[in-house]
Amino acid sequence: MEVTSIQDGIIIDHVPAGTALKVLDYLSINPASTKLALIMNTDSHRYGTKDIIKIEDPDTAIDLDVLGLVARSATVDVIHGGRIVDKMTPTLPERVVNVITCVNPRCVTTTEPGIDQVFYLDRTDGEAYRCRYCDEEAEF
Amino acid sequence: MHSHTPAEQSMVGMSVITLDDLSVANITTLLNKARYIDTHRREVAHTCDGRVLATLFYEPSTRTRLSFETAMLRLGGQVIGFAGAQLASVTKGESISDTLKTVSNYVDVVAIRHPKEGAALVAAEAASVPVINAGDGGHMHPTQTLADLATLQSRFGRVNDLTIGLCGDLTFGRTVHSLIETLCRFGNVRFILISPKELRTPQYVLNRINATPSCSYEEVSDLTSVIGDLDALYMTRVQKERFFNEDDYLRLRDTYILDEAKLALAKPDMAVLHPLPRVNEIAKDVDNDPRAAYFEQVKNGMLMRMALESSVLGDTLPGFDAFENKEVAA
Ligand SMILES: [Zn+2]
Repeated sequence: MEVTSIQDGIIIDHVPAGTALKVLDYLSINPASTKLALIMNTDSHRYGTKDIIKIEDPDTAIDLDVLGLVARSATVDVIHGGRIVDKMTPTLPERVVNVITCVNPRCVTTTEPGIDQVFYLDRTDGEAYRCRYCDEEAEF
Repeated sequence: MHSHTPAEQSMVGMSVITLDDLSVANITTLLNKARYIDTHRREVAHTCDGRVLATLFYEPSTRTRLSFETAMLRLGGQVIGFAGAQLASVTKGESISDTLKTVSNYVDVVAIRHPKEGAALVAAEAASVPVINAGDGGHMHPTQTLADLATLQSRFGRVNDLTIGLCGDLTFGRTVHSLIETLCRFGNVRFILISPKELRTPQYVLNRINATPSCSYEEVSDLTSVIGDLDALYMTRVQKERFFNEDDYLRLRDTYILDEAKLALAKPDMAVLHPLPRVNEIAKDVDNDPRAAYFEQVKNGMLMRMALESSVLGDTLPGFDAFENKEVAA
């Protein structure tokens, strides 16, 4: 599949197949008002299939913490003048505030007003994000 | 003059929401204090003179509330609070945070019970005094586990180097999971997990045992075949609503009832524990057997709450220092 390469902006590669729109949503990038190309469910040597997001905008800033949450396998290429000038990988933040919402109906965050949605990285059994209050695993 | 040990000092002012808030050294100190309190009731009767405990029970749990309240009264303190029916008029729909900010002005320590998971943490973050979790939904109930540990301690003089059977509903029983996780922190425990295949121990709990080199487990479905190996047997309720059909429930129910016939196969000093209330999983005839430890567990729960309340308040138990030093020397 041929997709025009970009001049100044960002390429997010190795996004889990089928999740590109969700990733944009978490990154607060509005596909309705951003010049971008999405390649979805394309072949990947490493993962079988993957999505790629190409954003033509030199001012695009990616929150690597948030990217780590929803697409920890992703890689980020910063493009300037049509060339890759920087490569970044997402980080796994220890703590995430008000990005994910707890899905456990029995959780105190569903009833207590004015409370932050706080998740922590639990490494005891793999790497999972859990609600700080009820310890339920986050769903993305 | 009394000086706090590091394990004591670190508990002063602390909120206890999960047992992870307490180190193994903290828990060991609490076990020693509970043992001291039991034999020195008169000496400790004024430990918390002038202190006030609030029991904020957003759902009824009379047993737990009485235990927290009696613990404070026996230390010389006073108690205020609300439970169940009085709730609406007291909180008027107020947030947990606001209620705790208010109550913090009145009291020195709070015990909170709430149906929502994580409610005790919300309370602790808002309060300016220590908060003890008396149960937050199906999430945590740390003082129940402390009572279980104190019962093992009083029966065996230790909480490890034991073969412990856990029997019944091992899927949904939070007290079982909490006990296993805490015993893993002490190490050297062999777990025998006895349940129908429908109610086996969740994988994350098994992983916790696997991650502890000195601990091991075995999963079985027949109590009688393993009861002779056990130092302690922790019984839980097999609830009807966990089963898809009545036949399965009736078939399995009797397998997981402890009676004198099964107890005849057990060691003469095995301890039988149960978080109570029981329904029918322990036959009445077991109550008179010296191996029945479940009513002692209730007493141990109160003793551990006395130890915990005085510890987070920083109130020292008169004579405990000398007692502990004597123990170390002996
Ligand atoms: Zn939650």
